[in-house]
Order: sequence, then C-alpha cells, then structure tokens
Amino acid sequence: MLRFFHQLGSPKHFYRIAGSWIPWLAAACAVLMLYGLYQGMVVAPTDYQQGDSYRIMFIHVPSAWMSLFIYVVMAAAGAIGLIWHMKLAEVIAISSAPIGASFTFLALITGSIWGKPMWGTWWVWDARLTSELILLFLYLGVMALYGAIDDKRTAARATAILAIVGVVNIPIIHYSVEWWNTLHQGPTVTKFGAPSIDIRMLIPLLVMAVAFKLFYVLVVLMRARLEVLERERNARWVRELVEAS
Amino acid sequence: MSTASLNRAFALLLWRDLLLAFRRRTELLNPLLFFVLVTTLFPLGIGADPALLRAVAPGIIWVAALLAAMLSLDSVFRSDFEDGSLEQFLISAQPLSVLVLAKVIAHWLITGLPLLIVAPLLGLLLHMSGASIAALLLTLLLGTPVLSLIGAIGVALTVGLRRGGVILSLLVLPLYIPVLIFAADAVATSGAGLPITAHLSLLAALLVLSVSLSPLATAAALKISLS
Repeated sequence: MLRFFHQLGSPKHFYRIAGSWIPWLAAACAVLMLYGLYQGMVVAPTDYQQGDSYRIMFIHVPSAWMSLFIYVVMAAAGAIGLIWHMKLAEVIAISSAPIGASFTFLALITGSIWGKPMWGTWWVWDARLTSELILLFLYLGVMALYGAIDDKRTAARATAILAIVGVVNIPIIHYSVEWWNTLHQGPTVTKFGAPSIDIRMLIPLLVMAVAFKLFYVLVVLMRARLEVLERERNARWVRELVEAS
Repeated sequence: MSTASLNRAFALLLWRDLLLAFRRRTELLNPLLFFVLVTTLFPLGIGADPALLRAVAPGIIWVAALLAAMLSLDSVFRSDFEDGSLEQFLISAQPLSVLVLAKVIAHWLITGLPLLIVAPLLGLLLHMSGASIAALLLTLLLGTPVLSLIGAIGVALTVGLRRGGVILSLLVLPLYIPVLIFAADAVATSGAGLPITAHLSLLAALLVLSVSLSPLATAAALKISLS
C-alpha cells in the first residue's frame, strides 16, 4: 500500500497509473451522468411552484458544490506541494484551477438562466451569487499568477500560497457578503422554497453530484498527465514514450 | 539572536523606510492626489444632488481609498528588490516575517495614514454629516492597515514580474472586499444615527487576523519570488 502511494508520487508511475484509471473513470462518469440526467430531466416530478424550469438545478447545484470543493482541493494540494516539496501535488493544484473556474462559471451561468424565469432578472446581488462571483475572481487570479511567472515550479509554489490565502479568506468573504446583503435588502427567494426536497428530486441531484466529482477527477488526471509530460520533457522515460508511439 | 537585536532590526528598518520616503516627498503625494481625484470624479459622473452624494459617499470614499492603497502597493518591495536589499533581508539572521512587518508598517505610515488627513475634506465635499466623518476616520484607521498587510502578500508574489501591476489588482482586490463591506457600511450606519461598535469590532478583528497571519504569508511569498 505504502509502496503504491510512493510510486504515485513519481511522475513516471503517476503517468502510467493515471492513464490506466482514465478509461474506467470516464465510463463510470458517463454512466452516472446519463442516469442522473435521465432521472432529473424525465423521471423527477414537476415542481408545484417552479414548473419544469427547476430542472436546471441538476446542473446548477452540483457545479456550485464543485466550485468550492475544487478550490479547497487546490489549496490543500498546494500546501502539500509547499510543505513536502511534492511535485505531483503542485501539478494537481495547478491542473485544478481551470476546472474549478469552469465549474464556477457554469454555476453562475446556469444560476442566471434559472433566475430569469424565477426572479424575473438575470442577476440579483444576492449573497450566494456575489460570493460565487468573487470565487470566480479568486480562481482567475490564481490562473493569471501562474501564467505570469515563467519558471513553472516557482509559479506553482507562488500560486499555492495565493490559494492558501484565498482559502483563509473565503469564509470571511462569504460571511461579510452575507452580512452586507442582509443589511441592504430584504430576504430574496430562497432556493428551496419548500422545507425539504422531494426524494425523487434528491436522488438525481446526488447522482449528478457524484458524476461531477468523477468528471473532475477524470479531467484533473488528464490535465495532470499532460502537465507531467511537459515538465519532464527532458526525462528519458518521456523520450522513450514518444519514440514508442 | 536576542529579542533586543530583533527589536533593533525592526526599528532600524522602519526608520530607514520612513527616511527613504521623506527624501522623495513628491512620491508621497501621488496616492493622496489620486484619492482626491477619483472622489472628485464621482459627483461629475453621477450628478451633484446633495442627498444622492450623501447616500453614496461612504462607498465612493472607501472604493477610492481601496484603489489608492492598491496603487501605492508596488512601492513596498520594488526598490528593495531592484537594489538587492531584499535578498539581504532574506539571508539575514532575523526572521523575515518580522522585517516584512516593519516594512508594511512603514508603508502604511507613508501611504495609509495620509488618507486620514484628506478624508474629512472629501467628506465635506460629499455633504457627509459630522458623525459620518468621524466614523469614516475610525474605519480608515482600522481598515487601511489591513489593506497594506493583505496587499503585501500580493506584492510579494508579483515582485519579480515585469508586468505585475494588473495581476496585482486581480490578486488583491477580491481579498479587500470584507474590509470594504464592513467599513462602508459602518459609515452609512453612523449616518443613519445607529451605533457602529459591531462594525468596528469586526474591522479590528480583521486587523488582528491580518497582522498575525499576513507577514508569514508575505515572507513565504518573498522566499518563493526570490528563489
């Protein structure tokens, strides 16, 4: 077991092991996502208030969950990279940033599309929406910093510091935005008007959440493999790999 | 390494930075001018109705202060980076985070504190009441050091870059949001005649948090930027 983790830390073995996982992950993710979408779009009952337009929730809510989850993963991987000088953790942290930003963007867009028929407007300065938007800015800052520093190892460590600072700040930002919102305007429409969600809606939602997690793992492994190849392009195993193909 | 020598290094560095700043007085004025200029633009842009101006004044002044603080950030480490002093701090026997704190305090005394002197004037221009101006000064006193401390992390990360300015704003501005919210709301609340102790306590908490954590992050960032 320990040997397995040790091997996973070396770029060469990571490249091989991750490559063998990818087809399985892709299959599991596709099955779950199709099942979740079918359950959500067709099987789940129509909402008594929102009609069919609530069904965007099955995309919107999991992406909003992922947007926060990936930021925490990124900061944790960045911290591991800083503390134990583990190259692979740096690679995972950096590969996560664009995926997290995409999920944040997706959550904002789907929320906006959902908000138009429900609230009558594309955008409300609601606490959750605002902190999601700020989260997008934090992601973009991380990506901009990584792109600006030429030496990729320095860049990875600098962005790790930024991600950790961001993680400390996210709760503060979130609660300050919540405070700001409650003082400036009355309560807006709560997302789930009813006290609890119907079980036939909850199951597809959870299935979609798992599918999105698998999708993240899949894409982060694919990106990390490419990043590893690029970083190790002068290593012998990469040259052998290229010559073999 | 004794505490006395650490205190001495701290005081020396603080004094050196202040002295350097006062030898270049015109540069001291620039952030202030910027602060006044940006605030002047708003009545021109949104109209001179006193009631409207009074309502938006806290936000305007605080956003202007935020931008002025951000623009002046670049000077925290720039000259030390260019002449190599920063590397000397890095290899010195004193902990880098304490030296960083001295530099940030000096920077705040030079660029943050003067904002408090012009702020009442801007408050009068925007028809703020006396109580609001007092609240504005209190929030600036508590809030601007936080801006310098958080900003120092961003500067430390971008100091080695040639085009660091735009990226710096992208890194730092989202982190400034809590200060902006609490401070501008405190001023607006005091304008309505309500107590603002909760706001001030929260701003003070942010200050304590950033004084204790930000020098460590800044020092770590400097080590990476200079490696």
